[in-house]
Parts: sequence; C-alpha cells; structure tokens
Amino acid sequence: MGGFPILSVMLLVPLIGAIVCLFLDAKPARVVALATTMVNLALGIVLWANYEIGGEQWQFQEYHALFAGFAYALGVDGIALMLIMLSVFLMPICIGASWDAINKRVGEYMAAFLFMEVLMIGVFAAQDLFLFYIFFEAGLIPMYLIIGIWGGDNRIYASYKFFLYTLLGSVLMLIAMFWMVNASGTTYIPYLMEYDFAAEAQTWLWLAFFASFAVKMPMWPVHTWLPDAHVQAPTAGSVILAGVLLKLGGYGFIRFSLPMFPDASAQFVWLIWGLSMVAVVVTSLIALVQHDMKKLIAYSSVAHMGIVTVGLFAFNVQGLEGAMMIMLGHGLVSGALFLCVGVIYDRLHTREIARYGGLSINMPAYAVLFLLFTMASIGLPGTSNFVGEFLALAGIYQINSWVAFVCTTGIILGAAYMLYLYRRVCFGQQVNDDAAAMPDLSMREYLLLGPIAAAVLWMGVYPESFLAPMREDIAWLDERLAEAEPASDANLQQVAAAEGEAQ
Amino acid sequence: MDYAASFALIAPELVLTISGLVLLLVAAWGGDKASRMISIAAAVSLGGAFALAAPAVCTGATGLDTMAFGDLFRADAYANLAKLMIFAAAGAVLVVAPRFFTGIGEMRAEYPILVVFAALGMSIMVSATNLLTLYIGLELNSLAAYVLAAFLRDDERSAEAGLKYFVLGALASGILLFGMSLVYGFAGTTNFMGIAEAVQGDLSTGMLFGLIFMLAGLAFKISAAPFHMWTPDVYEGAPTPTTMFFASAPKVAAVALLARVMMEGFGTQVDAWRQVVIAAALLSIIIGALGAIGQTNIKRLLAFSSINNVGFILIGLAAATVTGISAMLVYLAIYVVMTVGSFVAVLLMRDAEGNQVEGISDLAGLSTTRPALAAVMAMLMFSLAGIPPLFGFWGKFVVFEAVVQADMLALAAIGIAASVIGAFYYIKVVKIMYFDEPAGTITGEGDTPHWALLFICAAIVSPLGYLLTPWLGELADGAAASLMLPA
Repeated sequence: MGGFPILSVMLLVPLIGAIVCLFLDAKPARVVALATTMVNLALGIVLWANYEIGGEQWQFQEYHALFAGFAYALGVDGIALMLIMLSVFLMPICIGASWDAINKRVGEYMAAFLFMEVLMIGVFAAQDLFLFYIFFEAGLIPMYLIIGIWGGDNRIYASYKFFLYTLLGSVLMLIAMFWMVNASGTTYIPYLMEYDFAAEAQTWLWLAFFASFAVKMPMWPVHTWLPDAHVQAPTAGSVILAGVLLKLGGYGFIRFSLPMFPDASAQFVWLIWGLSMVAVVVTSLIALVQHDMKKLIAYSSVAHMGIVTVGLFAFNVQGLEGAMMIMLGHGLVSGALFLCVGVIYDRLHTREIARYGGLSINMPAYAVLFLLFTMASIGLPGTSNFVGEFLALAGIYQINSWVAFVCTTGIILGAAYMLYLYRRVCFGQQVNDDAAAMPDLSMREYLLLGPIAAAVLWMGVYPESFLAPMREDIAWLDERLAEAEPASDANLQQVAAAEGEAQ
Repeated sequence: MDYAASFALIAPELVLTISGLVLLLVAAWGGDKASRMISIAAAVSLGGAFALAAPAVCTGATGLDTMAFGDLFRADAYANLAKLMIFAAAGAVLVVAPRFFTGIGEMRAEYPILVVFAALGMSIMVSATNLLTLYIGLELNSLAAYVLAAFLRDDERSAEAGLKYFVLGALASGILLFGMSLVYGFAGTTNFMGIAEAVQGDLSTGMLFGLIFMLAGLAFKISAAPFHMWTPDVYEGAPTPTTMFFASAPKVAAVALLARVMMEGFGTQVDAWRQVVIAAALLSIIIGALGAIGQTNIKRLLAFSSINNVGFILIGLAAATVTGISAMLVYLAIYVVMTVGSFVAVLLMRDAEGNQVEGISDLAGLSTTRPALAAVMAMLMFSLAGIPPLFGFWGKFVVFEAVVQADMLALAAIGIAASVIGAFYYIKVVKIMYFDEPAGTITGEGDTPHWALLFICAAIVSPLGYLLTPWLGELADGAAASLMLPA
C-alpha cells in the first residue's frame, strides 16, 4: 500500500459526507450518504485485499505524535480488520434500510449515521489508548440522537437509559487508563498489550475495563438498556446497534482485558462464566415469551453475546476464534433479522407478533430469507453462526465441560424461540387481513437482504476466508494468555495424575 | 524595589484604574447617552490590559522580577494567565450587555464602568500575595458585583438577587476576614511566603481555624457546596449579562486566588486542607448535578452547572501538585468558554417581540425552528457533560489525569462516577431541543456580535478546540510552575 493513509481516508470520507449531509435536503442527502458508504465499502475491500496474511502483526500503520505524549496512531491487525469490514459492509445497508422509512430530518439522520461510521472505524483502528477512548465514547452522541429523534413512542426513556448506562460504564475505564499510562509511560496500545502490569493492579484495572465492556457487550445483568434501545430505535439504528456497537464490548475484551491483564482475566474467569451462563439461559427464556419481535431479537443478542464471552475466556485458540466468528456472524444475522422485522414493520407499523401470521403465503420470498436468517441465528451448519458457536463451545469444553453444557442448553433454547417466532409470523393461518394483503419484498429490500444472505452462507461454508487474517493474532493472544490459563478439567486430571505418581 | 519597576508590573491594573475613573467622569457629564461610547472605551481598555498581561504568560514569568511593592502583589505567569481569562470574559460581557439593556430601556453608562472595576478587583485578587491585597481586590470586585446584580432597579428579582448576594457576600467576607485575622495572629505576617515559613511543622489549632475559615469564605466566592445556596437565586434574578459575568470571571479569580493561598501559603500543610477541598469538590459535583435535575429555568440550570463544574476544578486543586494546578487552569479556560457560550445562547433566546425567554420548556423543538442555535447549544451541553470529542472532555481529562498521577484513585473514581449524574440534565436539555415538539416561542433574531461570539465559543468547544491543547497546556504548565511553592 506504500504510504497511502487508507485508514485516515476511511475516517475522513464519512466525516466529510456527514458534514455535507447536514446541509442537504432529503433526496440529495440520501444519495450522498449512500455514495459515501459505498466508497468506504470499496476502500474497506481494498484494505482487506492488501492486508498481508501472515505479515506484520500491525498493518497500515499511521503515527503522528501529538501533544502531551498522545499520538494519532492508527493501524489494524486481523481482528480489527474483520470488524472494520463488518462496519463498512453494514453501513450502506443501513442507509438503504432508511431510504423510505425515514422522512423527517433526513439530512441530520444521514449525518448521524455517517458520524457513527467514522467513530466505529476509529474505535477498531485506534492504536492510542486515549484516541480509542474518544472514539469509543463519542459514539454515544449520534446514537442518542438517532434513538431520540427517529425512535418509537417510548424513545425518550430508551435514549436516556442508553446514554447514561453506557456513560457510567465507560468513565471508570478512563481512570484505569490514566493509571496504566502513568505506570507504563506509554499510550500506545501495541506496547501496552505486551506490558506486564503488577498482579494486584491488574485486578482493579480489569474491573474498571470490565464495567465498561460488560455494559457495551451487554452482559447480564447490565443488559437491560439493550431491549429498550432496540425496540425504540429505527430499523437501521437497531442494525447498527446489534451489528457493530455490541461488538465493541467483545473487541474491548480481546484487545484490552485479555492481553493487558491476563492474570486478572484468569482470576475473574468464573465471574465471566457465571454471568455468561446466566445470560445464555435466562435471556433465552425471556426471549421465548416476548410479544414484540424486536425485543425477542434483542434478548437473543444478549444470549449470543454470552457465548462470545465464554469463548473469549476459554483461554484457547478455538474459544477465541469462535468468539470472533460469532461476533461477525451475529453482526450479520441479527442485523438481517432486524431488517426482516423492519420490512414488515414498514408495511403494517406494528412489531406485535400476533398481528402477523401466514406470511409464507403472500410473501414467499420474504419467508425464505427470513427462514435463512432464523436458521443462521440458531446456528445451523452451513451458516456463519454454526462455525462460531461450534468453535466457542469446543473451546470452553476443553477447559470446563459444565460451562459448555449450560451454554449448549442456551443454543437449544435459541432454536426454540427462533422457530417459535418464525412459526407465528410466517406459518399458520392468515388471521389478519391486512397482514395477508402485504406485498412481497421490493427490489430495494432484496438488495438489502441479499448481500447479507450471501455473506452468511459464505462464512458458513468457507470460514477460512475470515479466520485466516485473524489466525496469527489469535495465536499471539493465546500465547500471551498461556501462563495465566486457569486449570481446566483436563489439566486437573493431569495434575492429579502427576501428584498420584509422586506419591 | 523601586517604584518604577513596580508600576511597570501593575500596568494592566493601572490601565483599568485610569480608564475606569476617566469613564466615570465621562458618564457623569455625558449621561446615559454616552453609554455606547463608554462600552466601547471600556472594552478597549480591557483589551489593552489583556495585551499588557499577555507577555508575562508567554514567557512564564516567575521569581523576584514579578514582585511589586515589596511582594504585596505579584505579576507572574500564573496571575496573568488568570487575568487573561478574566479580561476576556469581561470583554464578552461588554459585547452582549448593550443589546440586552437597551432592549428593556435600562442601559446606563455605569454598567461598563462597573464591569471594568470588577475586572480590576479580580485582577488584583489573582495577583495578591498578601492577605491585605487579597482582601482589597476581593472587596473591590464584590462591591461592583453587588451593584451589577441589582442593576435592574425596577425589577424585583434583580433587586432581590442584589440584596441576597450582598448580605451573603458580606457574611462570607466576614468569615474570610476572621480567618485571615487568625492566620495573621498566629503567623505574625500577612505575606504568603511569611505564612509558609510560619506553618512549617505542626499546625497550631488557631492556625487551623484560620485556614478553615479562609477556605469557607473563599468557597462561598466560588460557590462551592456547601456554600452554594445563593448561587441559583442570584443567577436567576440578576440580568443575564451579569449572570454570564458571575459565572465566568469571578470563578476564575476566586479559584486562582484560593489555589495560590493554599499552594503558596499552606503548601507544606497539604494534609490539613486537602480533605476540606475534596469534600467540597465531591459535594459540589453531586449537589450541582442533583440540584439541576428539577430546574425549569435555564439560568438556574446553568447556576447548578457552574456549581458542578467548580467541583471538578477543585479536584484539580486537591491533587496539590503543579500538574494539578496546571490542569485546574486548563479546566478553567475551557469552562469560561463553555459558560460564555451557554449564556450567549441564552441571550439569543428571544420571543417575537425581542423579550428574553428563560424557561427550559421554551427550548422545545428548537432544532427544527432554529437549527443553528440548537446545534451550538447541544454542543455546549455535551461539552459541559464532558463527552468526547467535544473540548469539555479535555478539561475533565487533564484534571482526572492529575489526580491519578497524585495517586488519589478513590477520589478520581468517585468524582468521575458522579459526573455521570450531571450528564443527565445536560442531555435533558438536548432532549428538549431535539426530541420534543416545537413550542414556537423562540422566534426572535440575534444580531451579529452575539452570533460572532457564539461562533467563536462553538469553534473552541468543537473538536477543533483540540488544536489549542498543546498551546494551552504549555501556558498552563508555565503558569503553574511560576507559583513559588514552599520547599
């Protein structure tokens, strides 16, 4: 790539687009926003194509020292690359999903989304601790406005809850960052990832970061902002929330908590496992009794994120790869599910499950795509989530079979609520006349759902394309975690055997 | 110390004194008709004082060369940086005041003159290195301020604000004076350096009492909790340009003064005053945040916001390090810009007849009727809440960084967690402007000076403000380093 600052350009393009959109009328704003996101998608593909698998750990680096020891430092490894790809892939789809659904203050809406894109790419590409924090935290402002201005009836409550919950989570992380910079003398994330903090300090630092990432993730019991935010947000807002924003928590764990505080991560492993197990089972059960489609999918997100955290804290390669694959797969699938809800919401203006029924008769194409994403959410082999869930559970099984057992229950429950949802929406009698009269997918909706369906199948059939860039980084992380790895079932037996021999 | 050198050091104060007195004579003969000319002249003299104060800041002046009149007064980089903020804020008041007072037919020639005298008082306060200079500056500022609060003499709320401010301000001055007399009695000197020598070793009970009384008196002046009671009433009742003045310049002066007394005079007794400062800081943050939640008047809301911000400023002081003082100065500078910006925005809230509107509910739907004003206001609110990438975040950033470097992690954690409470009411204002249906009351147009001022504030508060950070940090570091801390 020579010296071309592609990451900066990817930040700059949507930023300029956003500022332009602010001053445009509805129609040109839509076009500008779509064009901008498409340009960024193209840049993202260039980025991926030029990413050298097996090359240096950090590529496309840019470094400009700023004041007071800070730096404008960008760069990606395979993990960040994949998450950036997810963001730039979902963005044009979000703009497309808002094409007709958003009629008021379109310019500002598009600007808010483009700002979101800047901040999301920035979070994944930042290599300076405080630069990361600024991008991480600034995302609150556009999301607050998106939920609050273009959201549903109860949007005010949801927007407050979203804002304050996530803010409270992140401020403690800032204090921890100050401490880390003070102790290590650098704000450069790649150095910090190799820096060994004192064991006692790690505990506190880990907890401060945990407060932030657990809320973003979201983990049970601090997940309650998510269903509210999802239900009230406009469709595209939900897509971006589920597709990318939820990944910030997982990315935080994989970039900060695990490599920077390996000992504390091992120390708190039961906290994570415990919360994740509760999340997987409890939120799945909650999802089972929802009447609102968006709420159901929101709770299913919490359950899926529970499996991500378990995979991350399995301390082995399979677990980490699995967690990353679920994050990518879930980003696509839950985004697509929210779009599916949006499709019928645009027609009938209700998310009440009981108001639909028998849609497979009048909307066959819709029913097929919805079925594909339902199956992907369940984790059917051949779809993206299967790869991720299988790897994550295989990873955790090696270290604790009970945790794996409980989490697998969650997957069974996941099948239950998703199939139950699908049955009530698409199968059965056409009890509601207005629902029965709805037309099938329009061209625009095909264009939104089609690419996601292709990506989901691609990830399911040939996950190597996605795993290959991340392999070395995950191997590095696994090595970094090797010393801290908690005793597993297998290890315990070996230890017991060794002790037995010694006697 | 020869007098020529001393007079050279007090050049900004001389400019203000002479121009204030001359303008007073002009006002006596010219009457209210001359008020426009006097406003301009006052602004020019503040600009002159600004220019005279600036070099010392840039060079980081410190040491013997900055002492005037046998160390009654010090024109070091620290004092002069505070002066720059004070003069800038006072100048901003002079820009907005004429339109406000002419609008209600109350423009008088005395207003700009009182602002000049108040600025002079504050300028003496921040340079004071002696309890007597300190008190003279403080009272000169206060007396001008009482009149400024009660300036609308036919308006009951303004009169009430003036009276309340006067009675409570006099009480606080009394407390401060009592503390000073105790300090003098036990130290045998009124000079800060002399006090620093006298308080080596164990602190006597009398001295401790003196210190606490002085802290209480000064806490009143910066409206830190639990001495904040007067703030909402005075801020609401006083004419809006005056409120803007109170919320900006005197805060800088009193905080800078407080920090100088504590660091130079009692720098060896940090443990004696740090806990008081910490308590006041946390109380201010929490009370400022909780008190603001139920407010319906935007000026009262900003009053609580200023209490809240003072808490963060005091956190910088609580670090009791040079870094902490530097962080405090950076925070103050950003705070002044945000406050001036917010009040200019409030001044632009006018109904069709050009009357001021102060209800928060009147802001409803402002983003559809007045998108530019709403956008700037939203930026200011997010900035006050300390959300990156707006510049207000940087103030909180440096303050908490300093506290963590001073190894006061519990304070940092509690303080920053409490800042989230404050975020609630700032985003409530944004919610009212952006999410609610338009109320349609705010229709009046602004004029160029207001918009220009608002634009400058908005530009600084926006992410562009970060371009200033190296420069601002350098000035603040130089200023903090110029304090002569006891070894």
